[in-house]
Amino acid sequence: MTLLVEAPGLLTTLQDLGRAGYQHLGVGPGGAMDPVSHRIANLLVGNPPGAAALEITLAGPRLRFEDDALVAVCGGDFKPRAAGLPVRRWRPVLVRAGSALEFGGAVQGARCYLAVAGGFQVPAVLGSASTNLAARFGGFRGRALQAGDRLATAPPAPGLYPALQREFSRVPEPVHHLAWFAAWQEELDFLRPARLRLIPGPQWPLLTGASREALLGGTFRAAARSDRMGIRLQGPPLALERPLEMLSAGVAPGTLQLPPDGSPILLMADRQTTGGYPRLGEVATVDLPRAAQLRPGEPLRFEPIALEAAQDLFLRREARLRQLAASLAERQTH
Amino acid sequence: MAIPARTFEAEPADARRLRLEPMGDHAFLAVLGNAIDPEVNEQVHALAGAIRGRQLPGILDLVPAYTTLAVHYDPERWAGGGAPAQALERELRALWAGIPATAPAAPRVVAVPVRYGGEWGPDLEEVARHCGLSEAEVVRRHTRPEYRVFMLGFAPGFPYLGGLDPALATPRRSTPRTRIPAGSVGIAGAQTGIYPLETPGGWRIIGRTGLRLFDPALEEPCRLRPGDRLRFLAESGEGP
Repeated sequence: MTLLVEAPGLLTTLQDLGRAGYQHLGVGPGGAMDPVSHRIANLLVGNPPGAAALEITLAGPRLRFEDDALVAVCGGDFKPRAAGLPVRRWRPVLVRAGSALEFGGAVQGARCYLAVAGGFQVPAVLGSASTNLAARFGGFRGRALQAGDRLATAPPAPGLYPALQREFSRVPEPVHHLAWFAAWQEELDFLRPARLRLIPGPQWPLLTGASREALLGGTFRAAARSDRMGIRLQGPPLALERPLEMLSAGVAPGTLQLPPDGSPILLMADRQTTGGYPRLGEVATVDLPRAAQLRPGEPLRFEPIALEAAQDLFLRREARLRQLAASLAERQTH
Repeated sequence: MAIPARTFEAEPADARRLRLEPMGDHAFLAVLGNAIDPEVNEQVHALAGAIRGRQLPGILDLVPAYTTLAVHYDPERWAGGGAPAQALERELRALWAGIPATAPAAPRVVAVPVRYGGEWGPDLEEVARHCGLSEAEVVRRHTRPEYRVFMLGFAPGFPYLGGLDPALATPRRSTPRTRIPAGSVGIAGAQTGIYPLETPGGWRIIGRTGLRLFDPALEEPCRLRPGDRLRFLAESGEGP
């Protein structure tokens, strides 16, 4: 199974759920910016949730399928089309050999994930297929996709969605969808203005009173310079009561750090493993997919949340993902 | 409206006291001290070793730094009874109580050749001005100590070194550079280090080495290990 990259899009990379276990060497976990959309795309096509999938950013690629393929597209809306026909998202889709799957610019969100049944085949580097762009290793040759790249996928699990497959072989359409879909956009807050829940961190009390009010009451915007390392925020400038020179220490996904210029940075998948700027807090894990979907210039607000509440929301989200996986495993037999 | 930042113990940390700061809903930062100190750093590595030795469930990464250990965990694996953070916190405190003072192993010394100043070290002049020294004196003082590799972090293979002459301390740039070439040697506050890869960063760059610090194809991908000693050697002539 092969897929030819005819146009690469702005930043299209192979990602899985990241490489754990190397942060002590300074190697960050990386992985999908929006791991929930990534996992759901894989689950829809019968892959393990940690299979490598394409992460597509802001302006999408054109990909030619050289074989029939079962695919799923989840995350932001890039108005994907195959052989000129709309490809519906958050559901299994069969695409005919020879068709081009074309993604436009993002009309909602900033990133979407393309999973192909069987999963993309690339050598694991330090235990993961994720592309580490800064260190240029992992994924497809350690870089974003380019025109002319050929991506191999493994054969899919046999017998997935037999009724859909039968229908596909009878009807000569280039694209065939299932009618149902995974309704997760509400759960992930994708259709609402961004509200990120923040667990205050150790330097939170050192902010000036005005800065604390601005952070929790004000509106910020995701700067155009944001990337997979972090979302740079524009808004009311924040300041500590007095400057603080800190020793470098570990940081986490969703750490909101404050450089001396007063513009906070929300650390994302390709963050450093350690940092030396004051830590104002961390965004709850359940809100990181929404953060990953912030478009350049998009407004966002912060709300406080307690650690226990954030963990409770995470546990419930994981339980729902397990329910989804079980329900899909059952549907895939029909 | 604001809820207070929560630390699980309010008092300042010292070498035998463990402060556990929740770092979001998937990590703790164990704080063992407030200043660069080889003994505190040994304790950081000892705590990491104890957690690895106990094979606690759901530990995703252990990231030692000068005085802290980041413990990244999966809350699902600690959700058995009650709040995951509290369950892990109890376990970490029990482990800490049982850690003896450790004897450091004999260190390895790695030599790092550096070209200082000019295009290799665009901030050397600024560091010299900030410190009230000549550029040659900055180089002399930077190459004199045997540094300790306290930690790797920030980027693959990036060593944070202890032993910088306090006279060379210079604050970070207020806005990080978006691009710093691989091999760049820099100063940030009281720290000095080497960038193994081209990355963004806020350190003051005083020189550059041709030594390769990180290779993901190797079984041991990093040239340096925490606990190593390191010496900078000033080079002249053609660049790396």
